Amino acid sequence: MTSAAPTPLALIAELTHRCPLHCVYCSNPLELKHRADELSTRDWSRVFREAAEAGVLQIDFTGGEPLARPDIVELVRTARQTGLYVNLITSGMPMDEARLDDLVQAGLDHIQLSFQGATEESANEFSGTKAHAQKLRVLEWLKRRRVALTLNFVIHRRNMDQIPEMLALAETSSANRIEFANVQYYGWAFANRENLLPTREQLDRSIELLKRAEERLRGKIQVEFVVPDYYAKYPKACMGGWGQKLMLVTPTGEALPCHAAQIIPGLHFDNLKDRSLREIWEKSEAFQKFRGEEWMPEPCKSCDRRSRDFGGCRCQAFLLTADATATDPVCYLAPQRPKVDAIVAAVNGSSAEPLVKPTWLYRPNPA
Amino acid sequence: MTPELSSRPCLAVGCRLNEKGQPSRILHMPERALRLSGPSLEILERCDGRRTVQEIISELQKLYSKAEPKKVETDILGYLALLHDQRALDFASDEADRSANAR
Repeated sequence: MTSAAPTPLALIAELTHRCPLHCVYCSNPLELKHRADELSTRDWSRVFREAAEAGVLQIDFTGGEPLARPDIVELVRTARQTGLYVNLITSGMPMDEARLDDLVQAGLDHIQLSFQGATEESANEFSGTKAHAQKLRVLEWLKRRRVALTLNFVIHRRNMDQIPEMLALAETSSANRIEFANVQYYGWAFANRENLLPTREQLDRSIELLKRAEERLRGKIQVEFVVPDYYAKYPKACMGGWGQKLMLVTPTGEALPCHAAQIIPGLHFDNLKDRSLREIWEKSEAFQKFRGEEWMPEPCKSCDRRSRDFGGCRCQAFLLTADATATDPVCYLAPQRPKVDAIVAAVNGSSAEPLVKPTWLYRPNPA
Repeated sequence: MTPELSSRPCLAVGCRLNEKGQPSRILHMPERALRLSGPSLEILERCDGRRTVQEIISELQKLYSKAEPKKVETDILGYLALLHDQRALDFASDEADRSANAR
């Protein structure tokens, strides 16, 4: 039994896994792709056309660091020519003013500039490199250019108390949006989880602070907040449902329903070098596997919320229960919720400030 | 906020309508998109930084002449305010602002 495919809305293009940063919560898989195997400019251009034809509205250029691709300006131009809304998610690292001008000229609609903290010392610790000062330079350059800007603060236990300083930084920039996105626990973040997951008290304080900021900045800057779902009562509607809205393409052309899907054993992912985007979206085994409701176990199958959260995240179910078809253990109704409770209890039993500097597992830069 | 009748709304940076002739008309915004039809499209196509809010209301009242004019005005003001809160519209209040927005 399979479910009919809806229209895909967004394409997440991981142009490369190469990146000058080594963030301890990187959403890339532990096994990174190499430059020699990356899709060519021509391959990507075909993917953009196929995406626009299939109904996709927005493309997110991400990585790794998408600016590590020497053809990034051409890719932006080609994507924009197909009518897609072009969003660049960047660390701002291999950037200078001339390159920024070229990107804006090529039709870039929106830049998301990531920040690892509000202060140089902590930001550089989490990114494993000296990146913060360059980001501040890019912020200045952006003030003089007409392109929408979102500041993405990745937040976690070790930098959550800097939210007031992060807000101040955003307010002196030209940003129209700020995202405070708590780390989600996959890939590198899963490996570093015990040093990253905030305490309940930190989380409550941050929610209160950001509610007030949202009120104060209404009409000026949009404030978005993503909670760490281990603290939620219900699971997140991961990717808006498996195979419902989004397709992610890896640097080498595999089409995935989400960032982490390759951790699920036994799933085969088709490559856009071999099959068309529409065919993969509609018919491939990987996109059909958890699309719709047929695969659901109880308590999801008969739950009123099943069309809202789709049973939660398949990758999280696998990471925490070793069963990708289980109810997301974040759900308070899930038989395996005690696993999440134990993780949360362990974090809240210890101090938010470590006595010794944590030992981070840093993400490397692949060749 | 309630938009000034004399101000001239225009799409904010990062927001644009897709091209005419597409099967459906879309307002693209950072991380969102709105599918437009009927009055919402008629309003947004007129948010060009040249027309005032008052002019947009008058044009829509003519276009929807069967509707109660006061209701058309209230609905438009509400819709413009909503889009402003979502950072999709800017309102230029005089010539100086207008040239800054057209930068």
